[in-house]
Amino acid sequence: MERKKITKGFWIKLVSIPILMFFFAFALVPIYEVLCEITGFNGTTGRVEAEQQYQVNEERLVTVSFFASTMPGFPVQFGPKVNSIEVVPGKFYTVSYVAKNNTDEIVFGQAIPSVAPTDAALHFKKLECFCFVRQAFKPHEEVEMALRFVIEPEMEERIKDVSLSYNFFKLDS
Amino acid sequence: MSTISAVAAHDDHHGPEKGLLRWVKTTNHKDIGTLYLWFAFSMLLLGGAFAMGIRAELLHPGLQLMDPQFFNQLTTMHGLIMVFGAIMPAFVGLANWLIPMMVGAPDMALPRLNNWSFWVLPFAGAILLSTFFMEGGAPAFGWTFYAPLSTTFAPDSTDFFIFAIHLLGFSSIMGAINIIATVLNMKAPEMRLMDMPLFVWTWLITSFLLIGAMPVLAGAVTMMLTDRNFGTAFFDATGGGDPVMFQHIFWFFGHPEVYIMILPAFGVISHILPTFARKPLFGYASMVYATASIAFLSYIVWAHHMFLTGMPVAGELYFMYATMLIAVPTGVKVFNWVATIWKGSMTFETPMLWALSFVILFTIGGFSGLMLGIVPADIQYHDTYFVVAHFHYVLVTGALWGIIAAVFYWLPKWTGKMYNETLGKVHFWWAMISVNVVFFPQHFLGLAGMPRRIPDYSLQFADFNYISSIGGFAFGLSFVLFAYIVVDCIRNGKPADSRPWYSAKGLEWTLSSPAPYHSFNTPPTRAEILEESQHS
Repeated sequence: MERKKITKGFWIKLVSIPILMFFFAFALVPIYEVLCEITGFNGTTGRVEAEQQYQVNEERLVTVSFFASTMPGFPVQFGPKVNSIEVVPGKFYTVSYVAKNNTDEIVFGQAIPSVAPTDAALHFKKLECFCFVRQAFKPHEEVEMALRFVIEPEMEERIKDVSLSYNFFKLDS
Repeated sequence: MSTISAVAAHDDHHGPEKGLLRWVKTTNHKDIGTLYLWFAFSMLLLGGAFAMGIRAELLHPGLQLMDPQFFNQLTTMHGLIMVFGAIMPAFVGLANWLIPMMVGAPDMALPRLNNWSFWVLPFAGAILLSTFFMEGGAPAFGWTFYAPLSTTFAPDSTDFFIFAIHLLGFSSIMGAINIIATVLNMKAPEMRLMDMPLFVWTWLITSFLLIGAMPVLAGAVTMMLTDRNFGTAFFDATGGGDPVMFQHIFWFFGHPEVYIMILPAFGVISHILPTFARKPLFGYASMVYATASIAFLSYIVWAHHMFLTGMPVAGELYFMYATMLIAVPTGVKVFNWVATIWKGSMTFETPMLWALSFVILFTIGGFSGLMLGIVPADIQYHDTYFVVAHFHYVLVTGALWGIIAAVFYWLPKWTGKMYNETLGKVHFWWAMISVNVVFFPQHFLGLAGMPRRIPDYSLQFADFNYISSIGGFAFGLSFVLFAYIVVDCIRNGKPADSRPWYSAKGLEWTLSSPAPYHSFNTPPTRAEILEESQHS
């Protein structure tokens, strides 16, 4: 019996697998983003464009705690004005964070939010946040930055405590 | 007329080229297999030397020999060199030597590509190692190179590391393509897929893991490269990226990678146990299906390396159960091996000793892997020495044990000489005892809470670290004896028969020892294939 001859189609199929898998690695980036948005994985918070009316149960209370941290080498003091508040799911609240630039130069930064537990992140919606855009801190100036949010009543009843944390990263401009 | 006979004569006597250039230009699968194996062995010694440095620093608590930054460079390079420089090339070397002979093919399907696949490696290795001499030192972020440690906070030499990983990955992918083409197209026409020996089967499946997983690693390091140099933000939170995503992409490659390093060893063991138990392999077909199932499952369990990244409970449950599921096909293999030797007429030549200890010690590593796969337990074990003990049991007494077993088993076929059996047994017991002295106490260290990748530790860990280091030096020294045995075999060994192991099955044993430079120019017949089949 003769040995098989290797066809061109075989090579094309074989070589296309690693090439496709290379691009698959890059495709994982948008897939991951969509997955985080759908599941709230990694504490990704949602956003609402306008104040909506929700079914409100005044009896139900959830404690929201606020945390702040900065990356090493970020020269701005940053923290929440109040450490925690009690909220009724379905109502909008405004809280603020305070930041003070201690240097003689203008500092640019970007805040990255994260909500825990993950199941709550899905229902934590922000109307307005200083984390939507990059911030410029003028030298020795203290600023108050606002945050307006709602916790959707669809959030599971068993969740009584939600924490929101921000981490400030330095930007070059 | 005279021209034709001259050409024919040339074909008949075509042998290796004279001189050193033979090794540079060779397209012969046996030469390239030899090159791979020697390269892997030299990298093993180098990676082992790094490990000796690590164990020397950990001999006593406190900092004695090196600053922590250099210690981190050693742990990082030890991991990278052992994974990409020693274990993977050693298995590709075994594949080069054995697969064409086992399937009755004259050579690999792509001999020139084969030459290139090998010669990329020394350059990639040199680039990786040269980072030690650069400003800021070698990469010190661990072999898993998590972002942002490897992007924002890494030394400039990281770009050389990235290039080296690209080259190593390229070499593996080319090697895998070559193996798939060889197995599927070059095997003897009379050989059916389910006639193939298990080493061929496990390597075929491993090749599919390689071409699926290595390009994802290439993608991950490419993203690192553009993050570091071209202003992208794949893993940078300020730009909308996410460092946790790096771990997902890395482990999407990383988990198949661990099976890339163990499946060929499964194949080797499935050859050695039947030979020395004088029984056919138990459950050949289930071995093939179990290997394929392990390969498939390896793609869908990656996040069990990431239970502490803050995953939803549903995700943790899924990855935990999927991980547990891998124990089923792996269990099938282990029970098949036990059934193979059950009531066999066993003798304990050196390859058999390595194979038997593989089954026992690899299973210990498998069990500690199951413990790590349990989410609530993993929260305790994560990033401790328990993890170090686990993956050394599966990689040293698993993958490396399989390689050493294969070297002793096929050395007579490769060299035409017999190694010194007494020295082989001394070496085995030396390595077998010392490897357990190194790694078994590390389970206890991990359970007691000692973190991995640290140059210093609190006093309560001192005793076990001392034992582990002493075992480490003894284990390291055993490889000097290993090198001596192999060189002694090549130089002074007694001539070996074409079938040096009584009742060994396989087409490679039908060739003379040493195997002729060119083999199976005419494919074996169906009768020969069935006669040499491991199972039946």
